[in-house]
Amino acid sequence: MAATATGRLDRRFELLRAEGRGGLVTFITAGDPDPETGFEILKGLPEAGADVIELGIAFTDPMADGPAIQAAGLRALKAGISLARTLDLVRRFRQGDDETPIVLMGYYNPIYSYGIDRFLADAKDAGVDGLIIVDLPPEEDEELCLPALRAGLNFIRLATPTTDDERLPAVLANTNGFVYYVSITGITGTASAANADITAAVERLRRHTDLPIAVGFGIKTPDQAAAVAAVADAAVVGSAIVSRIADNLDAEGRPKPGLVDDVLGMVRGLAEGVRSARAAR
Amino acid sequence: MTTPNTYSAGPDEDGRFGIYGGRFVAETLMPLILEVERAYARAKNDPAFRADMKHYLTHYVGRPSPLYFAERLTEHLGGAKIYFKREELNHTGSHKINNCIGQILLARQMGKKRIIAETGAGQHGVAVATVCALFDLPCVVYMGAVDVERQKPNVFRMRMLGAEVRPVTSGSRTLKDAMNEALRDWVTNVEDTFYIIGTVAGPHPYPMMVRDFQSVIGHEVREQIMAAEARLPDSLVACIGGGSNAMGLFHPFLDDPEVAIYAVEAAGRGLETGQHAASLTGGRPGVLHGNRTYLLQNEDGQIEEAHSISAGLDYPGIGPEHAWLHDTGRVTYVSATDDEALEAFQLCSRLEGIIPALEPAHALAHVMRAAPSLPRDHIMVVNMSGRGDKDIFTVAEALGAEI
Repeated sequence: MAATATGRLDRRFELLRAEGRGGLVTFITAGDPDPETGFEILKGLPEAGADVIELGIAFTDPMADGPAIQAAGLRALKAGISLARTLDLVRRFRQGDDETPIVLMGYYNPIYSYGIDRFLADAKDAGVDGLIIVDLPPEEDEELCLPALRAGLNFIRLATPTTDDERLPAVLANTNGFVYYVSITGITGTASAANADITAAVERLRRHTDLPIAVGFGIKTPDQAAAVAAVADAAVVGSAIVSRIADNLDAEGRPKPGLVDDVLGMVRGLAEGVRSARAAR
Repeated sequence: MTTPNTYSAGPDEDGRFGIYGGRFVAETLMPLILEVERAYARAKNDPAFRADMKHYLTHYVGRPSPLYFAERLTEHLGGAKIYFKREELNHTGSHKINNCIGQILLARQMGKKRIIAETGAGQHGVAVATVCALFDLPCVVYMGAVDVERQKPNVFRMRMLGAEVRPVTSGSRTLKDAMNEALRDWVTNVEDTFYIIGTVAGPHPYPMMVRDFQSVIGHEVREQIMAAEARLPDSLVACIGGGSNAMGLFHPFLDDPEVAIYAVEAAGRGLETGQHAASLTGGRPGVLHGNRTYLLQNEDGQIEEAHSISAGLDYPGIGPEHAWLHDTGRVTYVSATDDEALEAFQLCSRLEGIIPALEPAHALAHVMRAAPSLPRDHIMVVNMSGRGDKDIFTVAEALGAEI
């Protein structure tokens, strides 16, 4: 798929290539642990070293997520997040940052419920760059993928260890921005893939696409992020950051003082890992 | 909506019944879903597979199940002539085993080494645990922690059969969360595991496949009613959660316009209270668990908790084919409350000596409402989809009795 969209994702991956390094993609759930604290984290991510931001759309039934992201979604919903308020957070973020790409990640039902055309218009207007929708495989491209591409948003596809060479062309047909490689068969925040397997998988994907390749699922530490960023175009870290948010809540689930700094400090460590990766090679 | 030429041809090749159905799953599962679809298409036309099915349904399940004229209930209500399709007499005590025989034979044919399932009331879980014992395959059943508590007899039965029951503590801790957890297991163990879904929901081909395996119910009723009355029934009644027993009874009659069809959703504490499981009456179209269908959800598309005294109906969605049959008007969807189901449960037990499960007690509640005003030559077939032994603790508590 050619011509993209807002161009922020393309520009960001060009910049990373020019700098000769892999990128850090960070995931947080919008509105976790509450909309205001969540916004402070979001706002601080670029300065802490996030190259691309994945912002999770909270959903009651996240069937591909592990306990950490399940809990984050329920915290955010309890604190009053909605898809409309998620778009508001992006709009506010854009007032201070017009460069860092934001990709909304989640499940289809909240978007379907919001209305496809209305959602695409509002997301574009708010400053969203792309979408990753877990339960929309290429078989369902008519639903949201093709309308999103027409609306000028990136639609990022998940490729997995079960996506074989025969199926990959279909998975890569209507996509742009980057390809998200899910490095394990499993849910978020659980097992980690072996480096050798990741290297082989990235090489396999590169034979099928020129799009940048981000690798995620099970990446928790700066060392793991560095190892992935050495072979892929970016490493995605989600559950580990979300767990760090949970670690900074009191018994009633309220944010403890210093939560935002602690979470951003962790992201800074991941960013340093990623930035050191290619240099060390 | 225009009237289709046939109501029984669906789904289309994308697994759609009108706008409902589809394959809304994570990419990790997609190749396997396609493999299941291909394997099922082969098996369906394979004489050896069909002979295997027939063998186990006859000699292990005990089919055909009787079609029984409920004479005392008919006299008591004073109207329609009521027949029970005795699915509660199947091995394991409900219609769920019909589908499990089909799916386990398919899993074996596909070379899968491990079985997972979700269960609400435990009837499907027991049926899965049973066929896993029969075919010596390891079995993990996900069950909401709330349901583990209210369906203790079935939990123990599953364990006796060698299954591992994993209580699910995420979300609302009932059937929908058990299904989430089963899907998470499947994504993780996609290579060797087969997921036996218990109802006519989930990604294509499950709604079609489960319907086909359950349609033995309706096919038998056609033959049996012709033998007993020399004509088709005037109406069919079945309860509906996900909708597998209803689909199995209804499907062979969908293109017989003279047969009126009623499905009974669980109205819980009353539709007006918001505490119910009536997704068609109280929900709107959305996407969950691999398919588009009617769902109980809030204005933000977040799934709401269902409520029913019957754990088997306590699900915020419904099979996609039912959603389509609702929109086309072929099937009439009504509802019954917890209290109405409890009353029907007791009446049926006393008049017919049959203790129904709380699920078909909802269907009986509709029969109690509708039958008295119908003529005596109106033939009504009710699907007695399960027996009530598992529910005696729940019913005792609701009636304030001690066991």
